[in-house]
Amino acid sequence: MKTREPFKWVAVGTIWTWLALFALLPNAMVLVASVLERGQDQFFAFAFTLASYRRLLDPLYLSVLLDSLYLAALTTVLCLLIGYPFAYLLAQAPARRRALLLLLVIIPFWTSSLVRTYAMVILLKTNGLINQMLLGLGWISEPLELLYTTPAVIAGMCYALLPFMILPLYAALEKLDRRLIEAAHDLGAGRVTIFRRVIIPLTLPGIIAGAMLTFLPALGMFYVADLLGGAKTMLVGNLIRDQFLAARDWPFGSAASAMLTGLMALLMWAYYQSSRRANRGALP
Amino acid sequence: MSVKRAARIAYLLLIYGFLYLPILVLVVYSFNDSKYSLEWRGLTWDWYQALLDDPDLWQVALNSALIATLSATVATVIGTMAAVALYRYRFFGKTLLNGLVFVLMLTPDIVMGIALLILFTSLSLPLGFWTLLLAHITFSIPFVVVSVLSRISGFDRYLIEAAKDLGASEFQTFRRVLLPMLAPAVLAGWLLSFTLSMDDVMVSFFVTGPSFEILPLKIYSMVRLGVTPEINALCTLMLGVTLSMVLVAQALLRDRGT
Repeated sequence: MKTREPFKWVAVGTIWTWLALFALLPNAMVLVASVLERGQDQFFAFAFTLASYRRLLDPLYLSVLLDSLYLAALTTVLCLLIGYPFAYLLAQAPARRRALLLLLVIIPFWTSSLVRTYAMVILLKTNGLINQMLLGLGWISEPLELLYTTPAVIAGMCYALLPFMILPLYAALEKLDRRLIEAAHDLGAGRVTIFRRVIIPLTLPGIIAGAMLTFLPALGMFYVADLLGGAKTMLVGNLIRDQFLAARDWPFGSAASAMLTGLMALLMWAYYQSSRRANRGALP
Repeated sequence: MSVKRAARIAYLLLIYGFLYLPILVLVVYSFNDSKYSLEWRGLTWDWYQALLDDPDLWQVALNSALIATLSATVATVIGTMAAVALYRYRFFGKTLLNGLVFVLMLTPDIVMGIALLILFTSLSLPLGFWTLLLAHITFSIPFVVVSVLSRISGFDRYLIEAAKDLGASEFQTFRRVLLPMLAPAVLAGWLLSFTLSMDDVMVSFFVTGPSFEILPLKIYSMVRLGVTPEINALCTLMLGVTLSMVLVAQALLRDRGT
């Protein structure tokens, strides 16, 4: 006997309809838009062209692209180098203190990155806190130009994105099976070998997840580049925004955005592969 | 051994300092009685008073609160039902739906922003309240799904079987058995959605028009003109809202219930 289950159909129907309309359809439209020509009065003219993708390789835009990829990669590596030992210590902390320590990472995770970027501006301004302190200590005689520099953008992105690196790393390190480390130790592996051949491969899914949550936003956060980099630094995000709001070249902006989606797909594939490998190595 | 321990604690403190010091400076300066310099000139409420006296700002704050409340509520309803469906039923495209929820959560904000902008423009929807609401519901849904799913996975399936054996319909099972047990996670999902909506800059930047201004975008345009104590005060208030929402949400999520 087949029972009627209206609740099931309402629940499944609603979520499917919503995601189809507001997630699948818009992203499909971006892909289509990226291969259309730029229109005269409309944003698009319905003719197929790969011109927008070719323009991404134009030296003018290619340099923005490469600079932005470099900044995002640097931010990701810095967050990983800072975040990995931190997450490791967090996972080792005694259980009763761990909840509080973790909460202190979760709070900035949810806090507005705009507000946090603005907090960085206060610190780095010409008459900001850091310059005042250095002047006060007599270490410098002239205030340093800290704001509107590339290092300021990197610092701001690390500041905004560090919690997004720490949390997935922590999740991976917390699950780490101590027995595997002991087994490696008993088999005569040194500390470096254990770290390189056991701990890193087993936490690789966490590393890739953290890299995904750091690298992709670091390409897009145009307000960090605006507020901390002035007009000097441009990210893919600034490029996309300008195409949609100033230059009105929507096909080109769509192509740049499709490229970000492609990068995301690549990282998700890497994550999938690494977690399969990590699970295969796990003890029952 | 104790040197090692001290080094560990020092490292943790250093990173926590990095995470919290800038925010702390912002909060402290929002009470500083000096318009231009960083010098401490004593405590004042003036900057908060200035915010309260600004009728435009009130309107913008109300707009934000309205969008956050509505989008969190709709996202919570859809997200909770979706999580229950993902847990309980087999249906066409279930794996795909599961994947889609995670992809949506990982999608860079700027990608989602322009995708929705293209959609809304193609449908000739004027950018403003409605487009903003639809966008905020969309990016909030995955967080509700994940928050509810994380609690539901620990459930005893026999409770649901028992409800069925006693003749409960699917909706009755949802309403009388699942929902009461899920309540903390559902509420946490709502609070986190509210926070996401209140803080979003990137998606909103593309999908709202001048007719409907919201706080994060207002702050963004103010901040671009420079640092002022009024912005410090406004940002401190935003921090306060986020902090209280997140603390309650985390307490709810940690409570494993009985």
